[in-house]
Amino acid sequence: MSWELTADRPIYLQLIDHIKMNIISGEFAPGSKILSVRELASRACVNPNTMQRALSELEKLGLLYTQRTNGRFITENLDVIENARESFAKNHTKKFSDRMSQLGLSKAQIINLVEEFSEEDLQ
Amino acid sequence: MSNILEFKNLKKQYGKFNALNDITISLPAGKIIGLLGPNGSGKTTLIKLVSGLLIPTAGEILIDGLNPGTDSKKVISYLPEKNYLNDYMKVSQLIDFFVDFYSDFDKTAALDMLSRLDIDPERKLKTLSKGTKEKVQLIMVMSRKAKLYLLDEPIGGVDPAARDYILDTIISNYNNEATILISTHLIADIESVLDEFIFLKNGEVIMQSSVDDVREQQGKSVDALFREAFKC
Repeated sequence: MSWELTADRPIYLQLIDHIKMNIISGEFAPGSKILSVRELASRACVNPNTMQRALSELEKLGLLYTQRTNGRFITENLDVIENARESFAKNHTKKFSDRMSQLGLSKAQIINLVEEFSEEDLQ
Repeated sequence: MSNILEFKNLKKQYGKFNALNDITISLPAGKIIGLLGPNGSGKTTLIKLVSGLLIPTAGEILIDGLNPGTDSKKVISYLPEKNYLNDYMKVSQLIDFFVDFYSDFDKTAALDMLSRLDIDPERKLKTLSKGTKEKVQLIMVMSRKAKLYLLDEPIGGVDPAARDYILDTIISNYNNEATILISTHLIADIESVLDEFIFLKNGEVIMQSSVDDVREQQGKSVDALFREAFKC
């Protein structure tokens, strides 16, 4: 199964988001080892060099780290993950509210809508 | 980074027809590169020139610093657009045939890929479907440890599932020192696998760039760009 990639954004950015999401959601647990570049590339059906680039960026962000001979691991620093969660959530909220404003919804209407949905989900 | 392929003022004419016109480009080693263009744009001609099956009308080709010839063929693994395998052979015989021909052929890798695809090596080629034959052919080509792989339309004739398998075979068998040149007009299917691409149009290179650069700068896929550039 390849990962879902869209046509309008650079592939490496989409890979970064995908892996970030896995880390934030806990699917990739803190401190756990991740697959090799080649295996990840094969799963995502992307070029290994592109995957390498995405992983390097994630290292720069502190979400991954490399142990010289052992491979790559998810950070154990929960603050870094928490920060990533926050900025991810903010980004998506911004996109969402921009979209809703385009549709002509007021701030109050947007909030109402969100509340309705989260109540539905809770039930 | 060194260049695996260099073309200098390369030209190929068939009679009076210009198939390739004054091509000067360099391709870096260690990348997967798409050779993209509509039918008749010169993709196969370019690949045949590199493989040494055609002789340039003018200009020069350097493969890892060598002119096309016996030595350059040792570092090139070539998948032609056509099926060239002998139908009477069993797959296992074909493997031995390749072992005899190419010192860099990895028999274990070939058998491994065949078993992953559930292809019985004891079957004769003529009993295989067209798509399965194409897969066998690709396995043969990718089982060599070459510096340069030339794949002419590797995903043209197979179903989407087989297409994914073929792309996966390419990704998982590729090592960072090797370069893979893939010609195709099915861009959307292979775009995410490519580092770079070359657009050919009427025998000329009209663009050479990286996939993510195009997406970053233009906010659209190479496939979309291609459709614009070659709109009828």
